[in-house]
Amino acid sequence: MARPASHSSLWQLWHQVFTDLFRWIGVLGRELSSSRGRWVVLALPMLWLVAFFLVPFLLVLKISFASAVSGAQPPYSDMIGTAEDGALTLRFAIAGYQLLLTDSLYVTAYVNSLVFATVSTLGCLVLGYPIAYGIARASPAARAVLLVLVILPFWTSSLLRAYALIGILRTNGLLNQLLMGLGITDAPLVILHTDLAVYIGITYNYLPFMIMPLTANLMRLDFTLLEAAADLGARPLTSFLRITLPLSVPGIVAGSLLVFIPAVGEFVIPDLLGGPDALTIGRAIWTEFFSNRDWPMASAVAIAMLALIVVPMLVFEYVQDKRLEGDRR
Amino acid sequence: MPPARLPALALLALALAACGGGKAPDAASPADPAAAQQGPRQLNIYNWSDYVAEDTIARFEKETGIKVVYDVYDSNEMLEAKLLAGSSGYDVVFPSARPFAQRHILANLYLPLDRAKLPGWGNLDPAVLAALEDVDPGNRHLVPYMWGTTGIGYNVAKVRERLGADFPIDSWNLIFDPAVAAKLGDCGIAVLDDEQEGFGAALIYLGRDPNGVGGGEIEAAAELFGKVRPFIRYFHSSKYIDDLANGEICVAMGYNGDVLQARDRASEAANGVEVAYVIPKEGALRWIDSAAIPTDAPHAANALVFLEFLLRPDVIAPISDYVSYASANLAAKPLVDESVRNDPGIYPAPEVLARLVDPKKLPENESRARVRAWTSIKSGS
Repeated sequence: MARPASHSSLWQLWHQVFTDLFRWIGVLGRELSSSRGRWVVLALPMLWLVAFFLVPFLLVLKISFASAVSGAQPPYSDMIGTAEDGALTLRFAIAGYQLLLTDSLYVTAYVNSLVFATVSTLGCLVLGYPIAYGIARASPAARAVLLVLVILPFWTSSLLRAYALIGILRTNGLLNQLLMGLGITDAPLVILHTDLAVYIGITYNYLPFMIMPLTANLMRLDFTLLEAAADLGARPLTSFLRITLPLSVPGIVAGSLLVFIPAVGEFVIPDLLGGPDALTIGRAIWTEFFSNRDWPMASAVAIAMLALIVVPMLVFEYVQDKRLEGDRR
Repeated sequence: MPPARLPALALLALALAACGGGKAPDAASPADPAAAQQGPRQLNIYNWSDYVAEDTIARFEKETGIKVVYDVYDSNEMLEAKLLAGSSGYDVVFPSARPFAQRHILANLYLPLDRAKLPGWGNLDPAVLAALEDVDPGNRHLVPYMWGTTGIGYNVAKVRERLGADFPIDSWNLIFDPAVAAKLGDCGIAVLDDEQEGFGAALIYLGRDPNGVGGGEIEAAAELFGKVRPFIRYFHSSKYIDDLANGEICVAMGYNGDVLQARDRASEAANGVEVAYVIPKEGALRWIDSAAIPTDAPHAANALVFLEFLLRPDVIAPISDYVSYASANLAAKPLVDESVRNDPGIYPAPEVLARLVDPKKLPENESRARVRAWTSIKSGS
C-alpha cells in the first residue's frame, strides 16, 4: 500500500492499477496518433468480447439450427450444402427448439435452475450485505485485510472447494460430527445430495461476487447523511431503511446479477452436491451433448437459456434507463 | 470402466484442450505411419484414470525412447465427444467396446490395425475376441484390454445388520425389491448414472432381455425403478467408490474393479468398513474395454509399438494386479497375482460367466428414448 493511508484500500489500489494501465495504453495510443489512442483503449476489450463471447455464441447458434447426424464427425449436418441440381442450399432445422417446447423436461430444468439461482442469490445478499457494510465502514487498513480475506479462498479451484463441502456436509462429515459431538443433534442430518446442499454450495461459491460490488457501492455512501438523520432523531433502523438501503440499490442489483447469471447455468455444484432430482439446465445440456450426442439439441438448450436470461435483463435495463431519463426531466 | 472422476473436471480439461487446439500434430501427415515415424518420437495416450500400473508408462518410455504424453478421462462420453469433434491429437484411446467403440468403428473413427506389427496378438483370449466379433467384424480395429462386470458392491456389516445374518446376498433384489431396498434406503443405495447399466440391471432382474427393443422394456424398467426410487440416494458413476469405502452408503450398483478398489481403500484406512462385490444370480452385464488408434492419430506407428507393448504378458499382468480387472490376455493369466486371479469377482467361475450378457448397440431412437426415460427415473418424476 504505497498510497496515503486515507485512500489505501485494496479496492482503490486495483482502481489505481487499472487507471494507470489504461493511461499507459492511452499514452501509447496518443504517441501513434492522438485520436487513435482512445480507439485502441476501446478496441482491446471489444476484441476480447468478440473473440471470446460473440464468436462462440454465433457458433453455438449455428449448431443449434443443424440436425444431429449419427456417425458424422462432427456429429451434425452442414448448414450450407448443394442441392442435386448444384444450387446452393441453406438448411435450418428447428427440431431442437420444437422439442424444447413439447417436452416438459426442459421447462422443469429451467424452472429448477431459476429456483436454485434465486434462492442462492438471496442467500448471498443476506450474508453478503452485512459483510460488505462492515468492510465499507472499517478503517482503510483493516479494509484491505478484510477484502483479502474475502478473496483468499477463491485462489483455490472451485472444484476443490466443492469437494471440501462434500467432506463437511456428508452424513459422517465434519458438520455432523460437530453437531453430534456437542450434543445438539442425536442423529446425523442428511444435507449432502439435497437441495439445501446446492443452496449452500452456490451461496458459498458466489459470495465474493456479491460482496465486492456492494462494498464498492457502500464505500461511496456519504455517512454524514446517517449522522444528519441521527441528529434529526431517526433510529438506526429507520436511517438504514430510508437512507443506506435505497442508496445501495445499484450495488445490490450489480451483485445480484453477478451471482444470479452464472448460478443459473451452474453445472458442477448441483452435480456434485445435489440429489438426483436436482435436474438443472446445466445437466440437461450435459445429457444432450454427451449421452445423446445431439450437439444441435444441446446448443438449442443453451441458446434458450441465454435468451431467457438476457432478454428479461435487457428489458429491465431499458425500463431503468427510461426511469432515469424521467427523473432527470 | 475404471474409477471415473467427476465429469466437470474432464469438461474443464475439454474446454482447455479446445482453447489450446489440443496437441498439435507433427509435420508428418497423420495416418501415414511411415511419415509419422520420422517425426519426433512421441505418443499421445488418452486413457481412463488409474487404468495402467504405476510404472507402465515409464517402462515403455525407457524401453523404446518414445516420449509419452498421457492424459486421462473419466467417462466414455468424454472420449467420444473429443473423437467426434475431430483432430483430438491422440494416438491411442481406450473406449468401452459397447456401444461406444462399435459406434466409432461405424463412423470410421479408428484405423485398421496392422497385425504384422502386433506379433503378440496370439496372447489374446480367443473367447474375448469372439465376443467382439459383432462389434468389430474380423477384430480389425480393437485390441481388447480389460473386461469386467457390473454387479453389486456392499458394506458387509451394515447390510447384514439390516437384513439379518441368514439373508442371501446374491441378487439384484438388494436394489430392486422394494421390501428389501426399504430396509437399506436409510444407509444408502447408489446406482450408476448410466442408462445402459441401469436399464440392463433392471431388465435382467425382471428376467427380460437387456437388449430388448419395442416390447415395453423402457416402461417395465421405469416402473421397477419407480417403486424403489425413494430408497436410492443418488445416481453417479464414481462417487460410490469413496462412499462405499468410508461407510457413507451400504449398497452400490458398480463396476467390479471399482468396488474392489473401495474394498482396498477401506482396508488401508482401517476404518472397520468391509466391502464386498457380488455378481447377482440373475445375471449381469459384461463390458469389455479396448484400445484403438484414432484415424487422425499423429503418431500411428508409435501407437502400434505401444499396443504391442501392452500385448506382452509381463506388461499386462502387473496392470491387472494394479487395477483389479481381468485382462483379455490369456497368456498373462498365470503371471497375475494369485489374490487377483482367484477372486471370483474378477475371474468369475464358468457357470457365472454363462449368466453374463453383452449389451448391444440399440437403434438411435431407442437409445434416445432410454436416455429420456433415464432422466425421468433419476428426477423421480
